[in-house]
Amino acid sequence: MTDFLLELRSEEIPARMQAGARAELDKLFRAQMAAAGVPVGDLTIWSTPRRLALIAKGLPDATAAVSEEIKGPRTSAPPQALEGFLRKTGLTQDLLEDRDGVYFAVIDRPGRATADVLAEAIPAIVRAFAWPKSMRWGRESASSESLRWVRPLSGIVAIFGEDLVPCEIGGIASGFVTRGHRFHCPGEITIGSASDYAEKLRACHVIVDHEERQNMIRGGAAKAAADAGLSLVEDDGLVIENAGLAEWPVPLLGRFDEAFLEVPPEVIQLTARVNQKYFVVNGPDGKLANGFVCTANIDATDGGAEIVAGNRKVLAARLSDARFFWEQDRKTRLADHAKKLDRITFHEKLGTVADKVERVAKLAEWLAHEGIVPNCDPTLARQAAELAKADLVTEMVGEFPELQGLMGGYYARAEGLPDAVADAIRDHYKPVGQGDDVPTAPVTVAVALADKLDVFTQFFVLIDEAPTGSKDPFALRRAALGVIAIIIRNGLRFRLEQVLLKAVEDDLDKFGVVWEGDTEKKLAAFFADRLKVQQREAGVRHDLIDAVFALGGEDDLVRLLARVKALQAFMATEDGTNLLAGYKRAANILKQAGKDTVIPAEVGIAGDGAPKVAAPAFAGATDVDKALLTALDAAEPAAAAAVADERFTDAMAALASLRAPIDAFFDGVMVNDPDPAVRACRLGLLARFTGAVHGVADFSKIEG
Amino acid sequence: MVVDAAETKPLSFQDMILTLHNYWSARGCAVLQPYDMRVGAGTFHPATTLRSLGPEPWNVAYVQPSRRPTDGRYGENPNRLQHYYQYQVILKPSPADLQEQYLGSLAAIGIDPLLHDIRFVEDDWESPTLGAWGLGWEVWCDGMEVTQFTYFQQMGGFDCKPVAGELTYGLERLAMYIQGVDNVYDLRFSDPVGDVPGLSYGDVFLENERQFSKWNFEVADTDSLFAGFRAAEAECQRAIDAGVPLAAYDQAIEASHLFNLLQARGVISVQERANYMARVRDLAKGSCKAWIDSQSDSWTAKYPGWTL
Repeated sequence: MTDFLLELRSEEIPARMQAGARAELDKLFRAQMAAAGVPVGDLTIWSTPRRLALIAKGLPDATAAVSEEIKGPRTSAPPQALEGFLRKTGLTQDLLEDRDGVYFAVIDRPGRATADVLAEAIPAIVRAFAWPKSMRWGRESASSESLRWVRPLSGIVAIFGEDLVPCEIGGIASGFVTRGHRFHCPGEITIGSASDYAEKLRACHVIVDHEERQNMIRGGAAKAAADAGLSLVEDDGLVIENAGLAEWPVPLLGRFDEAFLEVPPEVIQLTARVNQKYFVVNGPDGKLANGFVCTANIDATDGGAEIVAGNRKVLAARLSDARFFWEQDRKTRLADHAKKLDRITFHEKLGTVADKVERVAKLAEWLAHEGIVPNCDPTLARQAAELAKADLVTEMVGEFPELQGLMGGYYARAEGLPDAVADAIRDHYKPVGQGDDVPTAPVTVAVALADKLDVFTQFFVLIDEAPTGSKDPFALRRAALGVIAIIIRNGLRFRLEQVLLKAVEDDLDKFGVVWEGDTEKKLAAFFADRLKVQQREAGVRHDLIDAVFALGGEDDLVRLLARVKALQAFMATEDGTNLLAGYKRAANILKQAGKDTVIPAEVGIAGDGAPKVAAPAFAGATDVDKALLTALDAAEPAAAAAVADERFTDAMAALASLRAPIDAFFDGVMVNDPDPAVRACRLGLLARFTGAVHGVADFSKIEG
Repeated sequence: MVVDAAETKPLSFQDMILTLHNYWSARGCAVLQPYDMRVGAGTFHPATTLRSLGPEPWNVAYVQPSRRPTDGRYGENPNRLQHYYQYQVILKPSPADLQEQYLGSLAAIGIDPLLHDIRFVEDDWESPTLGAWGLGWEVWCDGMEVTQFTYFQQMGGFDCKPVAGELTYGLERLAMYIQGVDNVYDLRFSDPVGDVPGLSYGDVFLENERQFSKWNFEVADTDSLFAGFRAAEAECQRAIDAGVPLAAYDQAIEASHLFNLLQARGVISVQERANYMARVRDLAKGSCKAWIDSQSDSWTAKYPGWTL
């Protein structure tokens, strides 16, 4: 058993590509070894900005010899069959074995030295390596076929045990030599084997293990902040990025002019993080402080003072820009900013952002006015919606698009608009994804809901841009999820289809679209699917959502979900599972009986929820039949009344009262009675039973 | 010139340029002069655009005055200029030690890499108006971008075979950094000699920034600019048809700059902008194509096996 080390050294690999590159190296190495029959256990894969390294421990020195047996045609088969078999195996007839009249080919493959396998595998891996973007370089790039890599490849170390694995790719031959830190140890280092690789590099100011570098940054940045009485604002994305930019990371704390803190803290954090890759820090009061942590790649000879001074200057210039934007933007009222939205195209078929704003304002006002969003002042809803997109034309959002909404909220407050309006402007994009905060303030709810309903209906209904498969360019799934989350979180009661129609009805004619039953069906199916996704995390069963949706006509999502939840609770009880079993059995029997079965009128079929007059027992009815009839007579109206009053738990209790009678019925009587009249009546009873259950949910959709 | 950063005072703006000239000259570069047309970046110099195409080795360095009308701030912003300098180095084919050579140039102008944090941060370069792209980095010195470092992959829509390495130093910011100055106009442009006083960057350029900002944003006659754009576009095509691609490319440069001025005058809408950029790109690509066509016989004769 022998260890193998591979290092692919290059010029600086983009930080964001290093994790993917490690996975790619893992995948390609395993594939090469599997194809050659070399068993691979755990692999260690490391990356730095300048190298990808792989250590495979305990590889065999040679692959096992393989003997393969292939069954051929019968010896009596026509000669074409034999010819074909010889072609396939590459053997001649005298090498085949005749076993009881059947040809067998036995092919022996001798074992190969693993070192040879590796020498072939390395160039194959390098050539097959998939980078998000790759390039050509140097003299070789005069030819289109020259090697491609993420940045110029500068060296290969390949050592099996203590022996070189000789190979060459694009003019680069493998060797024992690598290089240390670009500035601390620029000279050559000779590696002996996999076992001394990491330590030799460490001695040359390179921490090859990316996780170790990440931990150095996490710990070092937190300590640098703590030493100054500050606390680091943790940011794992930044940790990983900085670890991908340094082979010898040294976190350093710097301070910036306190006067910059007048700029909103989100702006400072974003400027520091996006443009400079700095961490920010909080003061003892938990608020953003005038400090930052940058991560250098050297142990500076002066302890880092010059580096901190330089970085402070760069950050100050950035923050000056941000403060300039902050001051400049506030010189214009949001209402005046909003006037410029008619220059921004929302979508080539759907007009400008100004058009969209007017639609959303109208809808938000209507949602408030109709009481669909309760306790919401329609005037404030309209005002907030009219200003919600105004920050898109501000300098700050132009520079930092991710601050949309947030800046509008700041600017609204700064010009003295009501808090409800400022909050609505700030939060109307929410929820952005699963787990994001869902608005609850009435004005925010109205604007957020109207904004999402507008996006959704405009694309889905007017220009037929419904998402397909993995393609959802206008994020309509997210918009629908947002609508659902806002409805559920706030318990908003309305018929979704009516509101979707309202959102888009003014534009139907213009686009020549007719709102018809099919439109509603498509919308209902889309929302049912989104509801399942949205509720999956809450542990709500998708089949139960189907069971309620399948009843049709229910598009009050709050009521629908209440029924689903009651159903789920019921299905968790013994009564529930037994009733489901009884239902399935009844449904099967009815299915076998076929549609032509005549069911006597006096037994009746429930299912429409209307109370039934107690039917007289049929001739030949046993006590068991009668008991079921009596139970149905009681349960049907009870369930229907409970559903009508939205007392879904009571509706389930009404169904539960059928469980004992239906079990007794199946135990006590034979449905297929020899007397056709009795049989028909019993089938009728079962039909009434399934109908009664359907009054609450379509049990045929329930799994289990 | 020998510079020991620890013992001498930081280089003046012009000494920094002279040091870079000497440094790259000693590494085989021909030191060219700026191109005599208004351009937005050193990349527009035909010594980069056209000469990065084809198989012939090409190693040059030059300073290029660059004009970006929309960046003008009437001389009131300490960092932003509508006219500034880039130092451009093109090495074709890109040498294996290009990074080391570049770092040597930083050391030559006084940046100690064990005192200052030099980093290569991913930045993929693309010029939509030149139909060009490449991969490389922005080089950071203590968090400040001081150089764009690019391996050209395509120019004018054509593969670079072989690939050229391009270094673009932002001279003002580098000088501000080295001199420890916060305002570009405070840079020492030249040092005093005897009783001849030195000049500051502001002595040389402050009034230019004021006047050109005004002209770019407020004065330039837009009808003339539009007419000039159309004329350059037509002339570029005539020159291509006449088989003089170098002259054609001059007109592409001219159209590009007139487009930038029209942008500064705020008379090109968002929708029109893409259209104008596409027209400039077509001129640049057409000129590159014509350049290749005019040279490819000689290229294939001298470099058997070379193909476009």
